[in-house]
Amino acid sequence: MNLETGSGAARIAAAFNTEKPAFIPFMTAGYPAPEHTVDLALALQEEGAAILELGVPYSDPLADGPTIQNASAQALAHGVTMERALELARDMRTAGVHIPIILFTYINPVLRFGPERLYKAMEAAEVDGILIPDLPFEEAGEINALAKKYGRPLISLVAPTSAQRVKMIAEQAQGFVYCVSSLGVTGVRSELREDITDFLEAVRRYARVPVAVGFGISGPDQVAALAPHCDGVIVGSALLNTIRQAEVLLSQAETKQEGLTVVKKFVKLLQSGV
Amino acid sequence: MNTETAYKSKGRFGAHGGRYVPETIVNALDELEKAYQEAIGDPAFLEELQYLLREYSGRPTPLYYAERLTEKLGGARIYLKREDLNHTGAHKINNALAQGLLAKRMGKTEIIAETGAGQHGVASATVAARLGLSCKVYMGEEDMRRQQLNVFRMQLLGAEVVPVKSGTGTLKDATSEAIRAWVSSVDRTFYVIGSVVGPYPYPQMVRDFQRVIGDETREQIMRMEERLPDYVVACVGGGSNAMGMFYPFLDDVDVKLIGVEAAGQGVDTDKHAATIAKGSRGVLHGMMTYLLQDENGQIIEPYSVSAGLDYPGVGPEHAYLHDSGRAAYHAVTDDEALEALRLLCTTEGIIPALESAHAIAEVVKLAPTVSADTILVVCLSGRGDKDVTQIYEREGGAQ
Ligand SMILES: Cc1ncc(COP(=O)(O)O)c(C=O)c1O
Repeated sequence: MNLETGSGAARIAAAFNTEKPAFIPFMTAGYPAPEHTVDLALALQEEGAAILELGVPYSDPLADGPTIQNASAQALAHGVTMERALELARDMRTAGVHIPIILFTYINPVLRFGPERLYKAMEAAEVDGILIPDLPFEEAGEINALAKKYGRPLISLVAPTSAQRVKMIAEQAQGFVYCVSSLGVTGVRSELREDITDFLEAVRRYARVPVAVGFGISGPDQVAALAPHCDGVIVGSALLNTIRQAEVLLSQAETKQEGLTVVKKFVKLLQSGV
Repeated sequence: MNTETAYKSKGRFGAHGGRYVPETIVNALDELEKAYQEAIGDPAFLEELQYLLREYSGRPTPLYYAERLTEKLGGARIYLKREDLNHTGAHKINNALAQGLLAKRMGKTEIIAETGAGQHGVASATVAARLGLSCKVYMGEEDMRRQQLNVFRMQLLGAEVVPVKSGTGTLKDATSEAIRAWVSSVDRTFYVIGSVVGPYPYPQMVRDFQRVIGDETREQIMRMEERLPDYVVACVGGGSNAMGMFYPFLDDVDVKLIGVEAAGQGVDTDKHAATIAKGSRGVLHGMMTYLLQDENGQIIEPYSVSAGLDYPGVGPEHAYLHDSGRAAYHAVTDDEALEALRLLCTTEGIIPALESAHAIAEVVKLAPTVSADTILVVCLSGRGDKDVTQIYEREGGAQ
């Protein structure tokens, strides 16, 4: 692992070296269209994003609610595949995105691309890690071995239903542990589970890496409530909804900056409680 | 990638199977596996299941010697395993009753299900009513249109039919949506999967609940012919009627097993659902199996005139039986299936489901090529009442 070249694991660890919990936005590569992806990433970085989760669109996103499903479908219609998403990540680097980038995708496109080929491509595009929500601990052997070999973590998810599994998963987690804040798929929720803080503290007890929480988080009050109990907060669907609202503005040269401002304002609002 | 060595977890059929699901439901799958193992070792559970299969569904179903079809085709002696005579009209009830009882045993109050042709949805709604559970059925919008009568049947039975708009609005999308719904309500709901698909332990469990088809067939043919059949034929969507039929014969290597997939408008067109013939290995709906997918690993929408066969994957055990050569998989087109449907109607006075008509179409091809002492058993998985309006529309009304 080489800090200078910013190889995955080290770069992710460094991203959590802040007083406030790390803000981790999720965006779908190629949504609303590929030409906006780099601009949006730069805007998020400017507003203090610590790590960027980059969704690689998939036809059957089992762990996603309607917002991310629709974003994926639209990005797919623009021809965004794994290959293109990696190109977009590389373009981000060229344009000055220096925060860690983590792919969020599903196991089938990974298997199809070829796991080792994907790791080589991630290295080339300076992508620092990967998250595969339909690859539970027991099935992750091959990808985990590659994650170690290439120093680019496979981020583990734990759920409130994980019960005895929390210890096993958290102890072996690399990069950070992704705590699913609620039952269900991704998507905006108005309320968090009552037992969420107990759950987060339980994960923290076992994890040797930072603990981030996501799924359903949409407002500054939720971010503020979670902040004392975690090292990072992940926001996806709520951000995509904002991006969708800004789509018309983003798509015209004269109003593009205005569109990016709408997104930045939302990100500022989210972090205002911390 | 060497999947065989890369994955060593339980619940595999060779390279196929496994459990590729969001972490949120892994615990529920562990609980299900445990409850299922306990249940099938519990005489009280088995007795209640056997009682319902017998008195409620009408088992054992007959093994009927199709004399006129046999004469017409010339060649093999053809037997029909009459799953169409089950309560609600298809083999789906066998599995729905068993999973419904399991849900009750686990203390769940709500079941969810997905459905393509509507048969599994109707079976689930029926079982929910009979056992006093609430029931939500996820169904693609296109399938709701194709199977209006079944939608109404489910509603009559007190189930809520949830329309699924994503994708092409067929079984694949309904299954994805049912899994999402399950992830969201896993603490109180039981997901009744309708075929030998999904994450472990579903493929094994559904097969065990459907093996009653093959077990009965075995006993019946021994009684009637004093020997095992030469061929066993069944249609394959996800593959539950075929797996239930094949399983008790797996060790009898002289019994040839033939699964029949839907070739739609032809396997050389892009409108088919012939997963084993044209698919490649991948992961969908929690299992590794053969899939219709493009070079980027995106799932390709399947097509078949038969909503119950219109699925881009196939049960992992079938994928394995194909790899090992124990079973052969053939594909028949929409037109061939419709022609076979007419033939069965006019020779035997039986209107088969469009799904089952695919198996009959294979028999139409196979029977004449073998000798008259050949015994061929075909699973008539369901009756055609549900398909009558669709066939009527397709053929432009009465003629
Ligand atoms: C009558 C009938 N046969 C077959 C099938 C296909 O299911 P499987 O392949 O699981 O037997 C269906 C599914 O709806 C059906 O209704």
